[in-house]
Amino acid sequence: MKRHNIQLNEAGELHHFLDVEGLKRELLVNILDAAESFTSVKAQQVKKVPLLRGKAIVNLFFEPSTRTRNTFELAAKRLSADTLNVNISTSATSKGETLLDMLNNLEAMHCDMFVVRHAQSGAAHFIAQHVAPHISVINAGDGSHAHPTQAMLDMFTIRRHKGAFADLKVAIVGDILHSRVARSQIHALTTLGVTEVRVIGPKTLIPDDTASLGVHIYHDIWEGLRDVDVVIMLRLQKERMSGALLPSEHEYFKLYGLSPEKLAIAKPDAIVMHPGPINRGVEISSEVADGPQSVILEQVSNGIAVRMAVMSILMGQTFGKEKGASE
Amino acid sequence: MNHIETEQCLAQMASELKALIQQRGMQSPLMIGIHTGGVWVAEKLYEKLQLSDPLGSLDISFYRDDFTRIGLHPEVKPSNLPITVEDRHIILVDDVLHTGRTIRAALNEIFDYGRPASISLAVLVERDGRELPIEANVVGQHVELSANQHIKLEGPERLQLVVQEDE
Repeated sequence: MKRHNIQLNEAGELHHFLDVEGLKRELLVNILDAAESFTSVKAQQVKKVPLLRGKAIVNLFFEPSTRTRNTFELAAKRLSADTLNVNISTSATSKGETLLDMLNNLEAMHCDMFVVRHAQSGAAHFIAQHVAPHISVINAGDGSHAHPTQAMLDMFTIRRHKGAFADLKVAIVGDILHSRVARSQIHALTTLGVTEVRVIGPKTLIPDDTASLGVHIYHDIWEGLRDVDVVIMLRLQKERMSGALLPSEHEYFKLYGLSPEKLAIAKPDAIVMHPGPINRGVEISSEVADGPQSVILEQVSNGIAVRMAVMSILMGQTFGKEKGASE
Repeated sequence: MNHIETEQCLAQMASELKALIQQRGMQSPLMIGIHTGGVWVAEKLYEKLQLSDPLGSLDISFYRDDFTRIGLHPEVKPSNLPITVEDRHIILVDDVLHTGRTIRAALNEIFDYGRPASISLAVLVERDGRELPIEANVVGQHVELSANQHIKLEGPERLQLVVQEDE
């Protein structure tokens, strides 16, 4: 028997968004299509739609984040939801309150959705398993496991520039080992039908099981970038490095940093992406990051539309509503 | 199944709209169709009236009043208002006026784009069953339908109205 996917309700609709892995292509395309329609909201004088009026969305960030937290908050506000940012370092957890007690308290405040960022892999799953059934949970990054909304905004950006996914060659470059973004991107790309996903990086930063994800592994960037349509650079996660995985940042840039010379190996119309924050001169040169092929800031704007789409799909799931939503 | 042609109806609507534009002294009115059928009707009227500014389209999915009951419409399209609505005379176009809820949602959405000088409503068909105090300025035709009947527009090349019945 197939294991029940905790992300789906009994009607097969998304109830939580924790991981791209295991979701059908149709669900991912739904998110991308809905995001497309939310892009028009920014053209409005009042940049808001009344979809989630009266809903309360809690940002639970146990790990620092600027872009993700801000775009989640903005997305929620553009949907007219009320947002609450729980600052963990000043909250009662630092007085010894357990996580579950904190969740119970937030539920007692009639919150409808939790957006969770945590340094431990599986944290969002854990919370999704313990919340009341009407609450939806979005994983905003858990350890080195998954970051599904980042992957979807990247897919959205790729689709806007390249149209169809099928014939694309996509390279993901850098610190795959510590990257929840890379893991989610690989699942999203293969689910959406990209035939050639390449992973490029030093042996020490590519986990042993990577090949089982159906990707091609390159240790030489000059070889790996040949003829690709999309180059996704990953941040060198210095805060997660333990042990001598790298010689030096300077050496890393020389071997794997994206310079104009290396980018010239890719297709002339290749786009350059990066989930941010960027380390200039470590994984990417300023020339490339600020250059004409870079879509890094577009990714940030797209993040708002994609997060609006995910939030409204989760809050709009129809299962059980016929029986009366107010129970 | 009962097909109704719309060509004559559209011609008559265009001439009524022309009169309305003149009578109210609307300077270069802005036409906006509501997805999907309303856009088709608007395209025909737009052509007949030879308006100067581009045609706008609205998808009112984000402004519907039944989101908490039926969720996000799966085929929602982006709204496209190419020109600011601020201080403009707007002609809003839809295919069928029934409960009035779609028009309520469209009015709310337009006001989130700016403050228009006026909004007039043109519909291809109106039927009984209004649940809100909303009426059209220009009506193609009035149809009498019973509660178990629906009317639908088929298009976009040749616009035909189809009356369907619930089992």
